[in-house]
Amino acid sequence: MSADTEEHGADAPGGDAGGANGAGGAPVSPRALARRRRAEALRRFAREYTRNRAGLVGLLALSAIVLLALFAPLLVDQAELTVTGAPGAAYEPPSAEFPLGTDNFGRSVLDLIIWGSRVSLTVGFLATVVSVVLGTLVGVTAGHFGASGGPAGRVVSSVLMRVTDWFLVLPTLVLAVALAAVLPRGTGTIIIAIGLTVWPATARLVRAQTLAVEARPFVERARALGGGHTHVMAWHVLPNVMPVVLAQTTLLVATSIIAESTLAFLGVGDPTTISWGGILEAARTAGAISSGIWWYMIPPGLAIAAVALSFTLCGRALESVINPRLREQR
Amino acid sequence: MTSLLDVRELHVTYRAGHGEVPAVRGVDLSLDPGGTLGLAGESGSGKSTVALALLRLLPESARIGGQVLLEGENVLDMRWGRLRAVRWVGAAIVFQGAMHSLNPVKRIGDQIAEPMAIHGTVPANRIPGRVAELLGQVGLPASRTRDYPHQLSGGQRQRVMIAMALACEPRLVIADEATTALDVMIQAQILALLKRLVAEQGIGMLMISHDLSVLAATCDRVAVMYAGRVVEQGPAREVVHEPAHPYASALSAAFPRIGDPASRLAPRGLPGDPPDPADPPPGCVFRPRCAVAETVCATVDPPLWPVDPDPAGNSARHAACVHVGPARPLTTARDGGTP
Repeated sequence: MSADTEEHGADAPGGDAGGANGAGGAPVSPRALARRRRAEALRRFAREYTRNRAGLVGLLALSAIVLLALFAPLLVDQAELTVTGAPGAAYEPPSAEFPLGTDNFGRSVLDLIIWGSRVSLTVGFLATVVSVVLGTLVGVTAGHFGASGGPAGRVVSSVLMRVTDWFLVLPTLVLAVALAAVLPRGTGTIIIAIGLTVWPATARLVRAQTLAVEARPFVERARALGGGHTHVMAWHVLPNVMPVVLAQTTLLVATSIIAESTLAFLGVGDPTTISWGGILEAARTAGAISSGIWWYMIPPGLAIAAVALSFTLCGRALESVINPRLREQR
Repeated sequence: MTSLLDVRELHVTYRAGHGEVPAVRGVDLSLDPGGTLGLAGESGSGKSTVALALLRLLPESARIGGQVLLEGENVLDMRWGRLRAVRWVGAAIVFQGAMHSLNPVKRIGDQIAEPMAIHGTVPANRIPGRVAELLGQVGLPASRTRDYPHQLSGGQRQRVMIAMALACEPRLVIADEATTALDVMIQAQILALLKRLVAEQGIGMLMISHDLSVLAATCDRVAVMYAGRVVEQGPAREVVHEPAHPYASALSAAFPRIGDPASRLAPRGLPGDPPDPADPPPGCVFRPRCAVAETVCATVDPPLWPVDPDPAGNSARHAACVHVGPARPLTTARDGGTP
């Protein structure tokens, strides 16, 4: 069904060209008009978004962190991140050479944190993608068949929602720990473990939105013109649910990053990679707290908090731009 | 000539929380190819239920009985796949409220193309051309294809709905309150457009409205529904201007006629409410609101009688009222003289 849609999109300009002639020599081509309109819409969106101060701060912080993660190989010498190639002595307090001090092997904590952002962000993004895709799929399917699938559809819908509820009531962390422990160790495992535990909330949200969309007359119209279930779900429901999904995605990234750090802190993460949670765990096992080595413990915690906060700020701002009712309340 | 649409003894019952509510109680309609039939009635008379029943679009709680023959094929017996194929190709619907019947996040060109893509009536590479052609037919420039519904006015959106209904060249178009939400000028335009397209392309049209004057202006024949039944049916002019059933005459009198001072000086409404469909009164259901009711009306529920029949007993017009039927068999009206 989506292939069909793509094709229409590609064919549309041909129809437009004919239309411009039919309209009697319009001065501007319809395509240029559409482009201008889209640019205008984007500007309006940007204006609306920037009016939200917190959202702007979150976006700036996020951009800085992402840039830092992308250019980490230029800023940090990877050889100095190995235990053998550590440049300093163990537990050096912050100095000009090591702005955040060194760890128990003499590695720069600042370098570790910069490097750790790569894993934290990657896992955060990918786990979010996994959970959003899964949640949207389950939510739209359950919502659609529950609303218009007949008795059989209602069975499918309730089975899906009961599975969702089951995942929802399981303690997320325990499930993730169990999954991460059972599956082979590695970043992929962490992504799957988090993705599989975070999706139920998205599924519930998307299902509710799907039910609201299903009640709208154009869905009845789509059925009247012979559209099947796939057509209604892919062509009518999904595009109307996307704004909610988008806002939910930005909020979930924060959750996923925290989950990743938690798993690493609990020691079920991938021990071969450097991540913020991993640094925290190393600090704990090294007894950093009791020996007053605060520079080993506090910076990674702050980094996690900063990323989670900026994602949340962005998500809230996005939500308020998309949902005019929230905008008024602000 | 076989009828385009033949509705026989259509019954629709909704299962409600406390029991069954009959919404349509034995409706017979028939429409020839290229003909236009108007279906009038107040809110709750079951006219939209009839429209949705024709393509089996009613919610699950509805039980449908009788027959809906679309070109001789019973829609109510169709398998799911066949039903989907018939939808929009056999019969298309112009929905009420074009505002909400268009998907707000899809371009109108893509939405007009939607039925053609689903049914494959037009090869994919010729769809844009066909969309432009359809837009032209309803009087919109083809440059509008890439617009979104919110960029159009109400009248333009209704035109888009009409273009969409014509996309698969259906034999029957069902216009369900297609002009109700529009202002009078736009309404007149849309009606003229519908009338022209239907005449040009030989499409049969079933037009549903509470506005008898709209139907009089558009349709050859009109059927008036009350409480789930057709109470009067016949050529549009006669039904509107010389109604035989007291309900049809009340409905007709509710619209002041331009140039007729009498109707302005004596505006008439109809007191009371339509009967509770779950618990209709005995006898004629219109009796509690009828100005000319007689004692016999409390016991007799008259079927459709021919109005002013010719000597052979044929008439273009039928009404379900004891005042219309032959005076003699009043007491046995239930068994006698079905048209």
